[in-house]
Amino acid sequence: MSEPLLRIQDLTKSYPGVLANNAVSFDIGKSELHALLGENGAGKSTLVKMIYGLVKPDSGSMQLNGTLFHPTEPRSARADGIAMVFQHFSLFDALTVAENIALGMEDPPPMRTLAQHIEDVSQNYGLPLGAERIVGDLSAGERQRVELIRCLLQGPKLLIMDEPTSVLTPQEVEILFETLRKLRDNGTSILYISHKLDEIKALCDTATILRRGEKVGVCNPSETSTRDMAEMMVGSTLKSPSRGARELGDPALEMINVTTRSSVAFGSGLINISISVRKGEIMGIGGVAGNGQDDLLLALSGEVTTEPSSIRLSGLPVGHLAPNARRELGLLAAPEERLGHAAAPDMSLTENAMLSGFVREKLLSNGFVNWKKSSDFAERIVEQFDVRTPGVDNAASSLSGGNLQKFVIGREVLQNPDVLVVNQPTWGVDAAAAASIRQAILDLASNGCAVIWISQDLDELMEVSDRFAALNGGRLSEPQPTQDLSVDEIGLMMGGVHGDA
Amino acid sequence: MITLEKRPQASRRWSFLTPVLAVVATIIFGSILFAALGKNPVVAIQTIFFEPLFGEFAFYYRPQLLVKGAPLVLIAIGLSLGFRAGIWNIGAEGQYIAGALAGAGVGLAFYPAESVLIFPLMVMAGFAGGAIWAGIPAFLKVRFGTNEILVSLMLVYVAEQLLASMSLGLMKNPDGFGFPGSRNLAEYASATSWINQEIGMHWGVAAAFIAVITAYILINKHKLGFDIRLSGAAPRAARFAGINPARLTVFCLCLSGALAGAAGLFEVAGPSGQVSIDFNVGYGFTAIIVAFLGRLHPIGILLAGALMALTYIGGEIAQSNLGLPAAAIQVFQGMLLFFLLALDVLTHYRVRFRQMRAN
Amino acid sequence: MDLSSISPVLLIASLMVAATPILLAAVGELVVERAGVLNLGVEGMMIVGAISGFAVAVESGSPALGFLAAAIGGAVLSALFIVLTQFALANQVASGLSLTLFGLGASALMGQSYIGIKPPPTTAIEIPFLSDLPVLGPILFSHDLVLYLSLAIVAGVWATLKYTRVGLVLRAVGENHDAAHALGYKVMRVRICAILFGGACAGLGGAYISLVRVPQWTEGMTAGAGWIALALVVFASWKAGRIIVGAYLFGGITVLQLNLQAVGVAIPVEYLTMSPYIITILVLVILSSDKSGAPGSLGRSFHASR
Repeated sequence: MSEPLLRIQDLTKSYPGVLANNAVSFDIGKSELHALLGENGAGKSTLVKMIYGLVKPDSGSMQLNGTLFHPTEPRSARADGIAMVFQHFSLFDALTVAENIALGMEDPPPMRTLAQHIEDVSQNYGLPLGAERIVGDLSAGERQRVELIRCLLQGPKLLIMDEPTSVLTPQEVEILFETLRKLRDNGTSILYISHKLDEIKALCDTATILRRGEKVGVCNPSETSTRDMAEMMVGSTLKSPSRGARELGDPALEMINVTTRSSVAFGSGLINISISVRKGEIMGIGGVAGNGQDDLLLALSGEVTTEPSSIRLSGLPVGHLAPNARRELGLLAAPEERLGHAAAPDMSLTENAMLSGFVREKLLSNGFVNWKKSSDFAERIVEQFDVRTPGVDNAASSLSGGNLQKFVIGREVLQNPDVLVVNQPTWGVDAAAAASIRQAILDLASNGCAVIWISQDLDELMEVSDRFAALNGGRLSEPQPTQDLSVDEIGLMMGGVHGDA
Repeated sequence: MITLEKRPQASRRWSFLTPVLAVVATIIFGSILFAALGKNPVVAIQTIFFEPLFGEFAFYYRPQLLVKGAPLVLIAIGLSLGFRAGIWNIGAEGQYIAGALAGAGVGLAFYPAESVLIFPLMVMAGFAGGAIWAGIPAFLKVRFGTNEILVSLMLVYVAEQLLASMSLGLMKNPDGFGFPGSRNLAEYASATSWINQEIGMHWGVAAAFIAVITAYILINKHKLGFDIRLSGAAPRAARFAGINPARLTVFCLCLSGALAGAAGLFEVAGPSGQVSIDFNVGYGFTAIIVAFLGRLHPIGILLAGALMALTYIGGEIAQSNLGLPAAAIQVFQGMLLFFLLALDVLTHYRVRFRQMRAN
Repeated sequence: MDLSSISPVLLIASLMVAATPILLAAVGELVVERAGVLNLGVEGMMIVGAISGFAVAVESGSPALGFLAAAIGGAVLSALFIVLTQFALANQVASGLSLTLFGLGASALMGQSYIGIKPPPTTAIEIPFLSDLPVLGPILFSHDLVLYLSLAIVAGVWATLKYTRVGLVLRAVGENHDAAHALGYKVMRVRICAILFGGACAGLGGAYISLVRVPQWTEGMTAGAGWIALALVVFASWKAGRIIVGAYLFGGITVLQLNLQAVGVAIPVEYLTMSPYIITILVLVILSSDKSGAPGSLGRSFHASR
């Protein structure tokens, strides 16, 4: 075979306390769709940041087309034909599509010419996009197109895509795959980062698998079984969560025509949401990020209030109640953003346990905080949920993502809620922690708790939920029993085509 | 190359050390400044820091420490609660004036009647005056989302004009032979805030100590103190914890205004004695330095207030003995805040020196 | 009292003079805020500019050198803000306050020997024909060069932000510094340049007060102009064009109340003097519901970790 486009040799990068990449070597061929497969925290991001010049390796080298390649900054990487679409888009909400694209180019043409280029590329690859639109108004899929077109206008030799499908509906994923295949056939190499095995199987020519910063294998995804790849990625066989037999009871939580305004700029808010969840039932809420998931959590936690009778807890109107009054009645929530919303980063675990636990755990007397009792509560969470920390006096920000997530979920689960609302409970968490979090919530449901489980991980929702509905532009599709759903139906629900329409 | 690395959590050791280091750095650079002004830096520093405490006339200066320190501490305690919650009241100077005018107004209205009720009424008016003055930015922020920094600051200039108008008009001493300024409240037995002038003890000093203790308990033991800290550290988490940001904003602004107003009342009814055009000397602004230097911690503020009072008194001595300009002391105080903020990086970040890698 | 003694032509001409200091300071701060930095030290930089400009103009006899020194003085003080916020990553609100407190002290110290002195006059430029036009002549064509410069700076800032790549990058950094960093832009470098520019503009504005508007040196003579400039940026919802409208509006109020004082309206002087501050508050209230123009990263520290 001819010489590779990019040869990576012994790249090593360490951060204090973490060896992010340990002597990783592999080749990316010309016109190759190359997958980089690994769990959260396996070192995928660090590796591509080194290729893109955002991070300098401690040792090791790279060769691009046979010549030494050591980008000192993204600009020089781009000059050498490397382009990257980030997982969290590096876009500017208040600027137009054309301005955003110009910012990603070394030497942008005048705006009018650029708008024409954008038009051409978007037609060529079937990615419709208006150059003058404000990026903040675009959907997640459209925002990804902005990033992609920004890269394509550079005519890259290597396109890096970091978890690109996490924001797309299944149908949009198909379009993206078509675009990527077309690009490969036109001679562009693509480094495709993901932890989703099915996608890699469907799309990629070669896969390099990382685990804990080290390369553990290379394979041809179309010839390797999903199970083998999963075991290479995780390093051990995982047991899937067990669902105890559950009896569904009376309706525990009802939302009737709830409409709220978005709390953030460019958000969607909620439009006429109605759901009813029964005791012991898990209602899975899917949908592409930014379609009202946060707003749904806020409306249920009480951070946003509504008409009293539009939300009912076992028949009791609670829509007007503030968060702590709802907690008292047994409605608890765990927001998506761990640092800054579910927990205060600079405060200790004891203080963070107190934060949402003081009502049900009775941690106050006459307005004064019982710190002893609070730290006991924190200790209990740490112990029962296997949170790795030197002690409950440590700040929340000193915990790893997975450990903090276990703490946040544990804090709510241990309070024994009647209704629990979780948003992305396993996002960015390693497989072992994710499994234990899922199990904890499933156990809670077996004991009669009604659960609203918001997530963007469809596999997760299919595995745990009894019924499924999707948010789109603040509207909720008609909930359907999970068992009977096909991928196509899910895609249509996420895309906003409702069963009754 | 020097790089900063975020600590997983703030270093306790450094949070104690940085104020000390900031004082040391200020003394070093202050000495350079004094030397540049043609003064012997050693003598100047000695005059500022030792003369008031251990010098020949220390018996006179020591009580002054209480007199100057009390308003600084009282105001800074109030400000620190707001600053912790991310609410920036920087118009304490205006609230100080408003409280003084309200309190003095009550006192002057009763003149020359004598009653034990007059002074408590004045204190309440002082609290109310400051609270209302700070209530304006609070209301505007909560109702319209107006920036409290700019509004509270604008109101300082308004209060200064109001003070001028009052001391030249409504509150002018009718027996004052046409001179501007009100009657002397310190000489009006029912209205004076002095307890014992010999040792510098007035009700404002007592109030300052009470405020320190109360704030300490509030911050460390009470849920409200937790709410304040949480709101500043993570506003979204605060909302999740059920804290009403509007209510907290009003509480913090009005409380800090009330304390500043009370400080103004105690001053005008004691050490200053009368409402005059320039009875305010910038305590409201210096208190911002005190609050930060004390790390927004009640005990720290007490120490910082004492230190800042020392520089005021020492500065006055240096002014008369060495001819050191008053502005030099102002620069000295400004430097202190500057160094504190600059060195604070050590609390949250680790500084690493590493060699540049040759490419 | 005789209101007819207020000449509308002179009123408009002098409101332009009254507006220029805050116009300069505000356009500088606008650039700083569009880069995502909130510098509350405008008042401090203005007063330091006022004394630096005054001292150099008196010593050299040249107002032009004075204005140059004022710009440098303001920029030097803003460099302290850079050290605090960009290198030591200190809280921007506290750092801005420290800058103002420090600047007020430093200016008082520098200005000790300049109290009561008259600076060399800054001459108005005479434009043949145009200056002699009735009404328009005195209003538009009989000012000093710095006033025209201030308008040119606003126009330049407007055009730069709207049409140039530098402006686009600056807006991008202010809008989302993480994304700008990910694209390889030097967030810190852009911000440092913006802060220095803001400092120089504030310095110029300060010197305009001490050399043209008043003209003499007194301690604390900026009297809140820096804070009004900050309010003006909010008023203009971070758009350069609207800065001019806002500044001339405030200039008009200031001049009008001074004129009313002069002709002896039956309102006490103190209440007239406080009117610009109260009107600033009112305008802030009316406009604060619309925060759509505010840069996304305004006031947040940036630290490129990992």
